[in-house]
Amino acid sequence: MTIRPPIAMLAELTHRCPLSCPYCSNPLELARQAQELDTETWVSVFRQAADLGVLQLHLSGGEPASRRDLVELVRAAREVGLYTNLITSGIGLSERRLQELDAAGLDHIQLSLQGTDAAMADEIGGYAGGFKRKMQVAEWIGAIGFPLTLNAVLHRRNLHQLPRAIEMAEDMGARRIEVATVQFHGWALKNRNALMPTREQAREADAIVREARIRLKGRLVIDYVPADYHSDYPKRCMGGWGTTGLNVTPEGKVLPCHAAESIPHLVFDNVKDASLHQIWYEGAAFQAYRGTDWMQEPCKSCERKTVDFGGCRCQAMAIVGDANATDPVCIKSPHHAALQAQTEAHATAEGSELVYRAAPGKTVPEPVE
Amino acid sequence: MIGPEDVPYLPRGVRVHRDRVRDAWVLLAPERAITLDAIGHAILSEIDGARSFGEITAALAAKYNAPAEDIAKDSAGFLGALQDRRFLEVMP
Repeated sequence: MTIRPPIAMLAELTHRCPLSCPYCSNPLELARQAQELDTETWVSVFRQAADLGVLQLHLSGGEPASRRDLVELVRAAREVGLYTNLITSGIGLSERRLQELDAAGLDHIQLSLQGTDAAMADEIGGYAGGFKRKMQVAEWIGAIGFPLTLNAVLHRRNLHQLPRAIEMAEDMGARRIEVATVQFHGWALKNRNALMPTREQAREADAIVREARIRLKGRLVIDYVPADYHSDYPKRCMGGWGTTGLNVTPEGKVLPCHAAESIPHLVFDNVKDASLHQIWYEGAAFQAYRGTDWMQEPCKSCERKTVDFGGCRCQAMAIVGDANATDPVCIKSPHHAALQAQTEAHATAEGSELVYRAAPGKTVPEPVE
Repeated sequence: MIGPEDVPYLPRGVRVHRDRVRDAWVLLAPERAITLDAIGHAILSEIDGARSFGEITAALAAKYNAPAEDIAKDSAGFLGALQDRRFLEVMP
């Protein structure tokens, strides 16, 4: 098959973060500060990415503002022509630092929202005072004039706040809101009993988004990630494995998606040992699930096989124990009925405590029985 | 629908970019990269935040020796889709 150049790169600059959201997409094994790539290496990776055909660079983490060299990295990314997006909780951004990011040419900011009031947001983020600080940062972002996307992460505990989240995006002058129902990878897998939305919540969110899209057309763009386990067909993960985007971890490993390290047999190349070009076109992890040759039944003969590429490999791994299996979200999967029953059990589990993400270097907490 | 008096502009965070790897013009915007065909690129190249849509279509009609009406009709759809995504604004 012809391998086309990637369009987007997610640079996870650090795993450090003041928040400890129980659905964090970082792996359970977090990189320590001493393992992080230095400024010079990141700058070289950005240049290689632009040469490879990447257009969009997402600076993420952890909290990317925890990197002292963030302004320098943004400047370097813009110098090589990348569209530079900062994905942040806002914590760690002062007014002055935002002005420096502005001068460095930062194109766009994506601000995460853990809840629409301090009680909810600070409980989910595990950081007292975080919401207040975030609202202050949102004001500075608006005053400077950065294009803003509000990124609301929703689950059973806060889905009732969706209408208010949409209002907040309007109030902040955001052009866009991402309404993302929690995807169950990384830390979220440990919290399915606490975070799994009910089917009713999922359907209500569908209706709220549908109505808001019509009402706010041309004013606020709503991108929506529906509740995955309550769907009939899996999502087209990463737009197809190794077709559109790549992810670089804080220590320089290059992944086809942010959760790919959960597939134990994959081996990942590091930017310290190989060029990004070589990794994208020849790396074993990228080749593993490109195209459709790897598929089993029912994917192999399915008319949707190039629509959703069998769904998410990491989800097949996590739930079915086989990364080559059909994503169990799919109604054609032999494991679909079991997943539905499991989903129902998670969604009705009572008294579930949140398991918060650990700090890098700390042991992984176990759920309280 | 954009009218002849409207003055369109690309808001901050949206820009036309030369994609040297794919040898094409693209429109870069939050979370999107849209490949521009020759017509799309020609229209966006004329947008300067000063001239009205009517002036732009007249200029393109002269440049490409095509009826201004057809150009206006074709480009209004393209620009309308960009407006819906907030990739294009009209001066208040």
